[in-house]
Amino acid sequence: MIGLLGRKKGMASIFDDGKLTAVTVIEAGPCPVVQVKTPERNKYSALQLAFDPVRSNLANKPRSGHFEKAGVKPHRILVEFRDFEGDHKPGDVLKVDLFETGDRIDVTGISKGRGFAGVIKRYGFKSPGQTHGTHEQFRGPGSIGNASYPARVWPGKRMAGRMGNKRVTVKNLRVIKIDSDKGLMMVKGAIPGAPGGLIRIRKTGPGE
Amino acid sequence: METWKEMIKDQVKEELSEFNPGDTVDVHYRVVEGDKERIQVFTGTVISRRGSDLSASFTVRKIGSGGIGVERIFPLHSPFISDIKIKKRASVRRAKLYFLRGLKGKAARLKEKTQYK
Repeated sequence: MIGLLGRKKGMASIFDDGKLTAVTVIEAGPCPVVQVKTPERNKYSALQLAFDPVRSNLANKPRSGHFEKAGVKPHRILVEFRDFEGDHKPGDVLKVDLFETGDRIDVTGISKGRGFAGVIKRYGFKSPGQTHGTHEQFRGPGSIGNASYPARVWPGKRMAGRMGNKRVTVKNLRVIKIDSDKGLMMVKGAIPGAPGGLIRIRKTGPGE
Repeated sequence: METWKEMIKDQVKEELSEFNPGDTVDVHYRVVEGDKERIQVFTGTVISRRGSDLSASFTVRKIGSGGIGVERIFPLHSPFISDIKIKKRASVRRAKLYFLRGLKGKAARLKEKTQYK
């Protein structure tokens, strides 16, 4: 497994094979390695990566010590990636050039929060219709159950409620372009969250 | 331009001929048929331009055979457009010339732009 942390920059369109295609630009890395976890010491293997450098006074003492041990400046974010491929040691800096054009990646992020959303927006329920005598029930869910049996609402019944602001993974996105000078990466399609949102990138396979 | 937007810059056609709504243009469009490729020319009046960056597009309207109006929307930066030639310029007072759809014959003409010295 190969992975990296990044931030969503924004979306644009490009011509891919003559067709206008929606793409997302991600600022990926640089991510210094802070700790290497091994099966012998930690019972599992993982790489701890840092992202987004901060002023040293923003890191508390335990954190500062942790970063210092690896010889890395304090960063805002620390994330572990399980079973990282390749030989890395603390202090190594991982960059976008870990990826190649054509790679397949999974992108994980926090989706935009939609607040308390109705059933139409949240679960795609059909609208009851706005005309033909509809009244007082323009975006409601309709019936939520039966009468004497079960005489209650089934658990798990889809209703209105908080939507978004959840961890979402979009799988199998194609890397269209890499700009290693600027640390940017372009992928086909959309990824979770607003521009500026933190993102985890995982390589799942090579391109065709 | 934001730094990340420069990633799409290499596909933007900088040397595009400047044309505006009202202009009559020849759009040279590459058509791929099987393994052969030829150039199709669509001639008509530009009735709208919209969008920015790579997603910009424009609409060309012509009167086809039988007096039937034909409109075609082209992505401005499409790699299939090999050339856009301006044949005539017209002076118009609005950005979208959708009112032409309701007019025919002599009424659908536009005032040609006078060239000042």
